[in-house]
This record gives sequence, C-alpha cells and structure tokens, in this order.
Amino acid sequence: GVKDGRWTVLQLVEALGFCLENTDPRTRGRGLQLLSQVLLQCYSLLQEKEVLHLVLFYESRLQDHHLVIPSVLQGLRALSMCEVLSPGLAVSVLKAIFQEVHVQSLMQLDRHTVYSIITNFMSTREEELKGLGADFTFGFIQVMDGEKDPRNLLVAFQIVRDLIAKDYALGPFVEELFEVTSCYFPVDFTPPPNDPHGIQREDLILSLRAVLASTPQFAEFLLPLLIEKLDSELQSAKLDSLQTLTACCAIYGQKELQEFLPSLWSSLRREVFQTASEKIETECLAALHALSACLSRSVLSSDSEDLLDSFLSSILQDCRHHLCEPDMKLVWPSAKLLQAAAGASLRTYHCITCSVLPLLLEQYTKHTQSSQRRTILEMLLGFLELQQKWGHVEEDESTLLSLQAPVCSVVFSALTDPSVQLQLVGIKALTVLGSLQGFLSSSDLELVVDHLIRLALHEEDSQSSEAAMEAAGTLAPTYPKIFSGRMVPRLGEELQSEREESYHNHHSLQQRCLQALAAVSTHTSIVRETVPVLLQHLHKVQKGTEARNTQDMVSVCQSLHRVALQCQQDAEGCWYFHQTVVPCLLAMAVQAAMQESTHTLPGKALLEEEVLAAMIPVISAATTHLSPELAAQSVSHVVPLFLDGEVSFLPQNSFPCSFQPFGDGECLEAQRRLVALLMAFVCSLPRDVAIPQQEWLLRELLALSCSCNCPFTATTAAKCFAGLVNKHPAGQQLDEILQLAVNRMEPGLAEGPCRTQALTLLLWVTKALVLRYHPLSSCLTDKLLGLLGDTELGPAAADGFSLLMAESPDVLHKGCHADVRIMFRQRFFTDNVPKLVQGFHGAGPDVKANYLKGLSHVLNHLPKPVLVTELPTLLPLLLEALSCSDRVVQLSTLSCLHPLLLEAPQIMSLHVDTLVTKFLNLTSSPTMAVRIAALRCAHALTSLPTTVLLPYKGRVIRALAKPLDDKKRLVRKEAVAARGEWFLLGSPGR
Amino acid sequence: MVGPGPGAAPLENANPLIYRRSGERPVTAREEDDELPDAIDDREIFDPAHLIRSINDPEHPLTLEELNVVEQVRVKVNDAESTVSVEFTPTIPHCSMATLIGLSIKVKLIRSLPERFKLDVHITPGTHASEHAVNKQLADKERVAAALENSHLLEVVNQCLSARS
Repeated sequence: GVKDGRWTVLQLVEALGFCLENTDPRTRGRGLQLLSQVLLQCYSLLQEKEVLHLVLFYESRLQDHHLVIPSVLQGLRALSMCEVLSPGLAVSVLKAIFQEVHVQSLMQLDRHTVYSIITNFMSTREEELKGLGADFTFGFIQVMDGEKDPRNLLVAFQIVRDLIAKDYALGPFVEELFEVTSCYFPVDFTPPPNDPHGIQREDLILSLRAVLASTPQFAEFLLPLLIEKLDSELQSAKLDSLQTLTACCAIYGQKELQEFLPSLWSSLRREVFQTASEKIETECLAALHALSACLSRSVLSSDSEDLLDSFLSSILQDCRHHLCEPDMKLVWPSAKLLQAAAGASLRTYHCITCSVLPLLLEQYTKHTQSSQRRTILEMLLGFLELQQKWGHVEEDESTLLSLQAPVCSVVFSALTDPSVQLQLVGIKALTVLGSLQGFLSSSDLELVVDHLIRLALHEEDSQSSEAAMEAAGTLAPTYPKIFSGRMVPRLGEELQSEREESYHNHHSLQQRCLQALAAVSTHTSIVRETVPVLLQHLHKVQKGTEARNTQDMVSVCQSLHRVALQCQQDAEGCWYFHQTVVPCLLAMAVQAAMQESTHTLPGKALLEEEVLAAMIPVISAATTHLSPELAAQSVSHVVPLFLDGEVSFLPQNSFPCSFQPFGDGECLEAQRRLVALLMAFVCSLPRDVAIPQQEWLLRELLALSCSCNCPFTATTAAKCFAGLVNKHPAGQQLDEILQLAVNRMEPGLAEGPCRTQALTLLLWVTKALVLRYHPLSSCLTDKLLGLLGDTELGPAAADGFSLLMAESPDVLHKGCHADVRIMFRQRFFTDNVPKLVQGFHGAGPDVKANYLKGLSHVLNHLPKPVLVTELPTLLPLLLEALSCSDRVVQLSTLSCLHPLLLEAPQIMSLHVDTLVTKFLNLTSSPTMAVRIAALRCAHALTSLPTTVLLPYKGRVIRALAKPLDDKKRLVRKEAVAARGEWFLLGSPGR
Repeated sequence: MVGPGPGAAPLENANPLIYRRSGERPVTAREEDDELPDAIDDREIFDPAHLIRSINDPEHPLTLEELNVVEQVRVKVNDAESTVSVEFTPTIPHCSMATLIGLSIKVKLIRSLPERFKLDVHITPGTHASEHAVNKQLADKERVAAALENSHLLEVVNQCLSARS
C-alpha cells in the first residue's frame, strides 16, 4: 500500500502503534521488522519530514532490547539510502550507533548492516562526516575492532581505504587504525569447502594490501611488521610481505624508508642468497627494484644525505665480491640483485655498472674455462639488456661507452670460442650491442658481419648457426647498408661457387646460404638484393640435372616464403616481392610445362608435386597483404594467363606453343598441374578484389575437378573452386554456380570412374560453405553423412570429416581472407553429432567404423573446454570406439578421453573398470602412436580418486611391465612415466 | 617442497655447486618409424621422464643431475646382456644421504626397467668415506626389500621420485 501511495508511512506507524509499544520485546521486534521491511522497499518515496521523524524514532530504539536491534539497524540502513535526509541526521545516526551499539557482539548479518550504513553515508554525506573530525575515525575503529567474518572484512577494508583515500581526519588515531587492520596481516584464511560466497584468500590479501599500502602515514608501523614477517619461516607470509613492500614503494619516499633500509636490505639479501623458492626470489628482486626506484625518485632537500648512494653502496659491497670468487658460488644471486637495483632508474644503472662492468670484464679474462666465461658473459648480457631499456647511449657519461673496446673484445672472443654455449651467449650479446644506437663503430660492424657470416655458414653446430642467422635478421633493419653491402654479396658468392669439396659439404653449405639469405631479409633494401639472388639460384638449379634437384628447389622456395612473410607488413617491400617473384615463378612453371608438352626433358623437376606445393605458400604469402588496388592490377594479368593463355606479362615470354591449362588434350596434363599456382594466387586475394571473368573461371575449375584423372590436379582444382566460392558474395550468381556444382557432383558420386574426384569436390565445397554458415551447407553435409554408409567411399568420407574440421594450410583459412565464422566447429558439432550417433546405431557392421571415425575427427578438433562439457553424453559411444579395430579411431578416441580423465575424474570413475581394461589392451597395439596414447591415458587415470584406483593397482603395474621393454624408446618413456605414477598411488610420500 | 628435508636438521652442504640441466632429448626420425627397434642406451637410463636424471635430492629442492650426483658418462647399459650399471657421486665425501640417494636410484630403476635387467648401483670409486659399506647395502637384495617395507623410508624415497611441480 505504501508503495503505490495509498498509505503514508505515518499511517502505517500509527496502525502498528500497538505492536511498537508492546511490552514484550518479541512483539516490538516483529513490528519493527515489518516497518523496516516496508522502508527498505520504498525509501525513495519518503518525504523529508517523514524521514526526520523516522530517524529520531529509530535512534531512540537503539537503546531498546537486544532482540529488536537487528530490525532497527535494517530500518536505519533503509533511511541511510534516502536522498532527502536532512543535514545533520547522518552524523546523529552514526553517533547514536557508535554510542549505543556494541557492534562486535551482533550477528554477522547485523554487523554487515552497520558497515552498509557507514558506506552509504560515506558515499553521500562526505562533507558532513568530515565535520565529525577524528571522532568518526575513532568510532569506526571501535566498530570494526575484532571483526572476524571475511565478508565483513572486505567491506570494512574498503571503508578504511576510503577513509584514507578521501582524506578523512585520522587525528591521533593513525596507529589505532593501523593496528585494527594490520592485525590481519598476513592473511591466513582458507575458504570452507562449498563456500557459497566465493571469497578467496587472494581477495582478502589484495584488499588488506590496498589498505596497508595506501598511506605513508603507516610506514613507521608497517615496515617493522613487514621485516618481522619476512624473517619468519612461513613461505606465504614472506611472499605477502614482499608484495606489500613493493606496493608501498609506489607511494613512499626517502623519509619513510630511511630508518629501515639496512634491515630491509639484509632480509632481502638473505632470502635471495638462501631461498629455494623461485617465487620468493622473484618477489625479492621485485621489491629491491621497487625500493631502488623509490629512492631514485625522491626529491632531495639540500641538507639531507642521498640515501640512494649509501643504499647502493651497501648492495655493491655485499654482492660485488661474490662475482670474483673463484668457485663462482652465489654468483647468480648476486648478479640478479645487482641487476634488479640497476634496472630501477638511469641513476642506479650508472652507479652499479660503473663499478660492476669493469669487474666482470676483468673476471672474464681471468677465467679460462669456457663454462665460467659463459656465466660471466651471461651476467654482462643482463646488464647490457638493461641499458637497452634506457634507449640510446648518452655520449658524455655512459660507463658502457667508455668500456666499448673491452666489451667488444670480450664478445668477439666468445664468438670464436669452440664452446657452443659460449658462442650462443656471445651472439645474444652481439644483438644487444647492435641495438644500442651509436655503440658499435663502423669497423666493429664490419667485424660483426664477418663473424655472423662465419657462424651462419661454417659453424658445425646448427644451434649457433641458427642463432647467428636470427641475429643478422634482428640487426639488419638497423644497419641495412652494411648487411646488403657486405653480407648479401658474400652469401651470393658462396651459393654460386662450385668448389671441389665433397658433395655433401657443398650441399649443406648451400642450404645454409639459402637460410641465411632469407633470415637477413628483414629490411626492404636488403630484400631487393636477396630476392634476385634466390631467383637466380632457382633458375640455376632448374637447369641442372643433379638428383637432388627437387629438394634444392623446395629449399629455395622455403627461403622465398620466409622472405615473403618478413616483408608482408611493409607495403613497399610486399609489392616489390609480389611483382618480382610471382611472374618469375609463373614463367618458369609455364616454360617447364610447355617443354613437357613438347617432350623436351629438362625442367621436369619443377612440375613435381613437392615443388609446386612449396611454391604455393610463396605466392600466397606474397599476395595476402597486397593493397586492393595493387592486387587488382595483378589479378588482371594472372587470370587471363590461365583462361586465355595471355603470356605477355611474363618475363622471357617467347614460348614454343600456347598455354591452355583448361584445354582438352593428353599433352596438356603438365599445364593443368599449374592450377596449383593459380589457386595460391587467386584464393589469397583480399575479399573485396573483383576477379575478372569469375563465372567462366569457376566453370572451368568445376569441369577440371570432376573429370581430371590426376588426383593432384583434380584436388587442387576443387580447392581453388571452394576457395572462390567461400568468398563469393551471396546472391543469385552464387546460387547458380552452386547448383551447377551439385548437378555435376551427384551423378559423379552415384557411379562411374570419377567417384573419388566427386567426393573430393563435395568435401571442399562443403567446407567452404560450412565455414561461412551458408544454408546449402547442411544439405551437403547430409550427403556426406549418407556416404558414410557406402562400402567403397565410406572410409574416405569418414576421413573427410577431419578435412572439414581442421585448419587447411593453403586455402580457406583466415590468413587468406576466407570467410570463417569463429564458432563453426561448435555449430557443426551440435548440428551433426546427433546424426552421426544415429547413423552409427543404424549402420551395418561393415560400415560402423566409418561413423565412429567421422565422430572422432569432429571431437578431436573441438576446443577442449567444449569437449569436456559435451563428452559425458557421448562417453558410452567412445568406450565402444575403443574396441574398434581401426587405429585412427583408436587414436582419436584416446586423445578425446585424455583431457576428460584429467578434467572430469568424477564421471570417468564410473567407468574405471572398462577404461583400465581397454587402455591396457591397447598398450600392445601394433601401432606405436596408439601404444603411446594408451599409455598416456593409463598415466592420466592416476588423476581419478585414489580409492577408485587402488583395486587395480597391482594389475596395472604388472601389465605396464611389458611396455617397459617395448622396442620403441618413445613408448618406453611413456610406460615409465605411467608405471612410476601408479607405484606412487596410495603409498606414503606422494 | 621447501626448506630442509626430513628431520629439518641443518643442511650438510648448504651451498652446493649447481650444474646445468641438459635439454630434452630430441626425437629423431628413426624413432618415429614404427618398424625399426630402438635399443635401450645410456642416455635413456639417464633421461628425464624416463629415469634417474630427474630424481630429487633428499636435501635440496634440486635434481640429482643439477647436483652432478649422476652424469650420463657414469651410466652404462648393455641391452643385449640386460645389464645396467650406475655410478653416483655424493656431493661431499661424508654425505649421510648417500645410501638414501642410492636407494632412490635403485627403486626408480626397478620400477622403470624390464625385469630382465640386472641392476648395479654403486658410488663412484673414491668419492665417499664409507663407500664399501654403502655399496654392500645397495647390492643386498634382501636389505633393499626390507628397507622398502619401512614406511618412513618409503615415504622419503617416494618424495624423491615424485615429479617436481
């Protein structure tokens, strides 16, 4: 009634009059409870005058019997939310509560109500409360003193934080306020099992930390507490103290820290030197970093001493000598401490490096063993990396610059050391030095490049060689001139040279050259030098007659691919690469295909599937990042080449006969294979680039994919068709072309010599449509499901499900701008898995495996979290699949079950008997991969509850003895891991 | 696992020299071929998931490899004759944990190798004060079996063998 305005509150109070004045406290309580409930629902409708009376009434009730207090507080909470509360009332309510109520003797819920009243007033009546001065703070301290409930603590901590952040007067009560909160430090709380409130220990820790680290006023009390806890034995207390210290440093200054620096430092040092825990070490270093940063930030008054200097000198004094002890114990902890301090500011960096760097350089020459040298160089590297953080080297005052010569000589000596480990660190250091602008002189740079060439080409260890190539790639954009002028020509020469070495050496040197050329192509000006070298080499290899031709051409293509990827982000480099490489590759391929058609032999290797497959990623990567205008320019050349035989844009375009890959005729087989290159180009174009004569092209591709006898060509044509259909704008044209495809497929699938080709086309078109949620996709998928029951095509159709779900490397993925909806796998799963299950139950025994295989492919590609929620319903089917004799089914079923064992042990426990039996059986499968997967599952079984497993322990351990003697090492490895874990089950010390 | 191990006595060797862990063994193409058999070799016995390399030291939160207690060169395997011999080097000559370390290695090998293997675990000659006594204990099958009946001892051994978190 009150809500709709039919009653006023006054009338309600009068009506309740009998209740409210009753002598029985229970009756009074009920009356008040009703009134408070009403107020909670309609506090926003109250008039100022009504509020005044209600407040006065409730305040007087605070003195009443303890049974009615909960309801009184509820009422006050309702009133505290009123906007029309007249000034002064908030203060009077709080005073009344502070005076009359002993909060900590109330129930948890009622205490929470008190905190809510305070929070409400703090957010709306800040000025009034501040008028209370420190009394308010004191009142609150009394309210929260002794609070134990985590839910209330979170609110109380928030109030304290606001008190400090909003600048309420703390007056003489700073220490009391600190005491009343710090008594919870470090937080020790384990949420009860099945806690509905979801408060974690971490929530309390963070909330308390925010309070403690909120004001420098707490510093004199907090820092001794932190030191004390840091010196305790408890791991969690140490961690919490360190993190709180780090948080404090953000707001503290010299003044707060001064007194405690020596003991803070000695505690931190002790922890880093002695701790076994990586976590503590990390936090110690973070705290030291924060301390140093805090000290460097502080503004000095003229008369005080600079604490930073004395702090750093104590660090140096304690750590420095460890760096030169011959046995090198404590070297790393000391270096880490020094680096943490040095990383805090430019000033700390200076102070520390000018003392430490000369020492390290001296130590390097003193030690002769390469393992010790490596340790020293690694430390040096740490300091160099810090320098990187400060950007360029400052001319006048950098210690590093003054040490330029010795640093360089140390790094160069590492590069020539026989130890690979030392070389690797040297290469890293070189990269860092190179990135410091102005550090290396041009003669040093030449030396650097020579070292890199030597390591990349002639170092036996492949790790060093790769690292040198990476380093060259990293440094090249900074110094493009020296790399293109010095490194590229050298690599080119090596590639050309025909030395009289053993064939094997020569070959591996060439491989290294190709890799190095690709690695160093990280700047457009270098790409312009390297690409011609690579293409020239490809020409040379193609003309050669050596047996390794194919492999060599693939290597060149791989290098070109890497270059293409590296220049994708740079528009100019990308266009240069596209313009140079794509026509050249096409020309070479077309030429080779012509020679093949006219029966002249050389050049044949270029048309092998392997080589064409290696060219696909090159062309694709050169195309995906083109701007639409340039892509349109390029497409207007390439498509006519394939449709009309228009060769004029190719370099060296005089060919003996015409190029007509879509023409009829036996001798055109080789030309048809080049559809692969067309696919690489046309399927990688941005979606908004129009393709000339697209309908004609699609018809030709369709015809080729259905009729060609060569599986490579037919599949490629189908993929190309699918790639185009996926990007084709929806509408009548698309519908027509799809109808045409269906019409071609259907008779092909039904019977005749081209059933496989028709299936391939069906698979790729289905994939193209599933990806973009096209309505026709469900019809095509049903067709595919139907084929699972076909004895001839069934197995291939089942494998096709993997093609549908997997990421395809060359077409129909996001990278080549295909239309891919993110949830397509989940959608496919929900739409089709019930049909698969149904099909399985209805199928004859000879084709049942096809359904299981299809199902396991779908499950295998589903994201694991989705899988775990969906699987329990499919579990019976999966268990059945374990007995299926097809190894693909076994393998994928095992890999489905593996995450389930780890993440849903409760459900899996119900089937433990079946699981144990099946897994153990499969450990003797003839296929290695199945044995490995079965052993992994047997291992994962140990995450089920121990009581469920114990009855099987003996049997499993006995059965796992056999794979311990497996002929394959990888199987034995899994068997050992699984068996070891089963041994530990239920025995002490696990 | 933090801090000192059983008994919380002060560490005997509080500040050991720490060695680098060798990387995972790379998988070769031959090993992925289902047809060809791979013989059990020294490295395999030494290797992480596989064997003794990753055993934890009872005193330190480090593996035996990091402490250089076991090294690959001191592991000898003869697959054809089914024998394995492991030499281990205690960190200091008076290390009271030597027997326990030896026992852990032995237990790990018993659990991880086919039954056909004959195991021999002993201290690297000249590296421990009571070398012979320890070797004798480790060679005595009965005593090893009896030691594993002792649940306190088994607990410590199992802790050494638990995978490091």
